[in-house]
Amino acid sequence: MKKIVMLVLVTALALVAIGCQPQKTTLDVTGSDTMVNLGAALAEEFMKTNRNIEVAVSGGGSGAGVAALIEGRTNIAQSSRDLRPEERARAAARGTLHEIIVGWDGLAVAVHPSNPVNELTLAQLGQIYRGEVRNWKELGGNDAPIVILSRDTTSGTFVFFREFVVQERGQKRDAEYHPDTMMMPSTEALYQEIARNPNAIGYVGLGFLRPTIKTVGIKADDASAAVLPSVESVLAKTYPLARPLYFFVVGELTGALKTYVDFVLSDKGQQVVRSLEFVPIR
Amino acid sequence: MPYQQKLVTMAGYTVLLITALIFAFLVQQSWPFIVEHVSLEFFTGDRWLPVSLPPVFQIRGFLVSSAMITALAIVVGVPFGVLAAVSLAELLPHGISVVFRSIFEVTAGIPSVVFGFLGLKLVAPAVADFFNLPTGLTGFSAGIVLSVMILPTLISLSEEALRNVPREYAEASYALGASRWQTIWRVVVPTARGGIAAAVLLGIGRAIGETMTVLMIAGGRLATPGSIFDPMRPITALIASEVNNAARFSVQYHALFTAGLMLFLITLAVNAVAASVIVGKKGR
Repeated sequence: MKKIVMLVLVTALALVAIGCQPQKTTLDVTGSDTMVNLGAALAEEFMKTNRNIEVAVSGGGSGAGVAALIEGRTNIAQSSRDLRPEERARAAARGTLHEIIVGWDGLAVAVHPSNPVNELTLAQLGQIYRGEVRNWKELGGNDAPIVILSRDTTSGTFVFFREFVVQERGQKRDAEYHPDTMMMPSTEALYQEIARNPNAIGYVGLGFLRPTIKTVGIKADDASAAVLPSVESVLAKTYPLARPLYFFVVGELTGALKTYVDFVLSDKGQQVVRSLEFVPIR
Repeated sequence: MPYQQKLVTMAGYTVLLITALIFAFLVQQSWPFIVEHVSLEFFTGDRWLPVSLPPVFQIRGFLVSSAMITALAIVVGVPFGVLAAVSLAELLPHGISVVFRSIFEVTAGIPSVVFGFLGLKLVAPAVADFFNLPTGLTGFSAGIVLSVMILPTLISLSEEALRNVPREYAEASYALGASRWQTIWRVVVPTARGGIAAAVLLGIGRAIGETMTVLMIAGGRLATPGSIFDPMRPITALIASEVNNAARFSVQYHALFTAGLMLFLITLAVNAVAASVIVGKKGR
C-alpha cells in the first residue's frame, strides 16, 4: 500500500514538474522577401496571445522558402508566387500540400519623377521588358534609352512579373526578360536606382512606394482606363498588376500550425496585413 | 624533430588539407552539372535563365564581366599602388611613412559592403554624369572602386619588396655618382620587380574574388558586356545573388557550384603564377 502511495506521489510530482516546464512549440516560417516584414508582424501579434508558440520568420526569397519546405526545414513557406509544377510535385511527395492565400500584393511600376510617361498598358510593359521598345520616345516620353530594372532571378517578384508581364500571362511562353535587364540585388537597390536615374523603369511591391519615385498607371488593355496601384484598386480587382500572397504547408494542418494559420486569416491577422500596406483577403 | 617543429609543420599541412577538401567539395557539388550539362555552350553562350523551363545556364557574360572589371581595377590601381609604395619605402620621412602605412592598413580592414555603399552613392552617379551614360551602375564604376580596394594589397607587398632590396645596391649607386632619383628608378625598383609583380598578381586575385562591391554597383546585367561602360554581373556576384535561393541538388544549385569551381580554378592559376614569381625571385 505504502509503495503504491509513493508511486502515485512520485508520478504526480513528475507530472507537475513537466507541466511547469515552459513547453514552447516553435514554428519556422521562411521565404519571400516581399513577405518577410508581414510575416514578422503577424508572428509578433500572434505571440502576444499565444505565449506557448514561438514563430520564427526569415526571408531569402520565395524560392528559398519553397526549397526549405520541400526539404522539411520549415513549417510554412511564405511565397509571393504560385508553386512551379516540379515544386508542387516534390512538395506533394512529402504529404498533403496546403495552399493558403493570406493577402494580396500589388506590383507598382515606377519611373523617375521627371519622366513624362504617366500610364502604360500591360502589353507596353511587356514590350519594354522584352526589349522590343528601347526608347522612351516610342511611349510618348523623352528621346532617351529605357533602362530596364528587375529584381534578381530568385525573387518571387521576378517570377511573378515574368509570367504576368513578360510572358503576357503565359501567352508568350518562351519570352524572357531582355538580356540588357539589370538585376538588382534588393528592392532597396532597385528603388534607389529609379529615384536617381531619369531613364529607369522598375517594379516594386505596394509597400515600397515612396514620393521620390513616380508610380505609373496601368491599363489592362488599350480600351481600359489607367489604374494607379492602391489597396482599394487591388481589392476592387481593377488594378491589373496584383498577385496573391501564399502560405504553403506540407502535411497535417493541426496543432500550433493550425492555430497560427487561423490567426493569420482572422480579422486580427488581416488587420496586420493591411497595416503593412498589403491588401487583405476580404 | 622537436615537437614544436612537428606542430608547426602539421599546421602547414592542415591548411593545405583544408584547401584540398574545399576543392574536392566544389568538384563533388558541381559534378552532376558537369556530367549532364556542361558543353561548349556553357562557356560560349550568355543566356542565364535559372528559373525558366527548361533552365539555361551559360556563363560567358559572367566570365567576361569578371575579366573586364579586374583588368580595369589593375590598370588603374597598379600605378597608384606601386608609386605609393615607392614613396613610402624610399621618399617619405620615416615618421610620415609609418602614419601613411597604418592608414592604408585601416583601408584594408574596411568591409567591402562599405565600399559598395560608397560606390552606389558617390562613384556610380558621378560616372553616369561624367560619361553621360544611361546608368552609373556599370563595370567601370565597379572597377574604379575595386582599384581602391586592392591598394592595400598592392602597397604593402610592393613596399616590402622595395625594402628588401639590399642597402648596398643603393649605396653602390650613390658611390657611382647617381642621384637619389636615378638610384630609385634604375636600381631599387628594377631589383624589386619580382616582388612587385607578385603584388600585382595577388591584387588580381583579390579583385577577381571581390563579391559584395560588384554585386552592389556593377549593374547586374546578365548579357555579355560589350564595353566596360555597360552594366554587368561578374561571376562572384552571380553566385552571391543566387546560391541562397537555389534548392539544394537542383540543376541551378549544381550550376552555381560549377561557376564557383571556375572561379576557384582561375584564382588558383593566378596565385600559382604569383607563387612561382616569388619562388623564382628567391632562387635567383
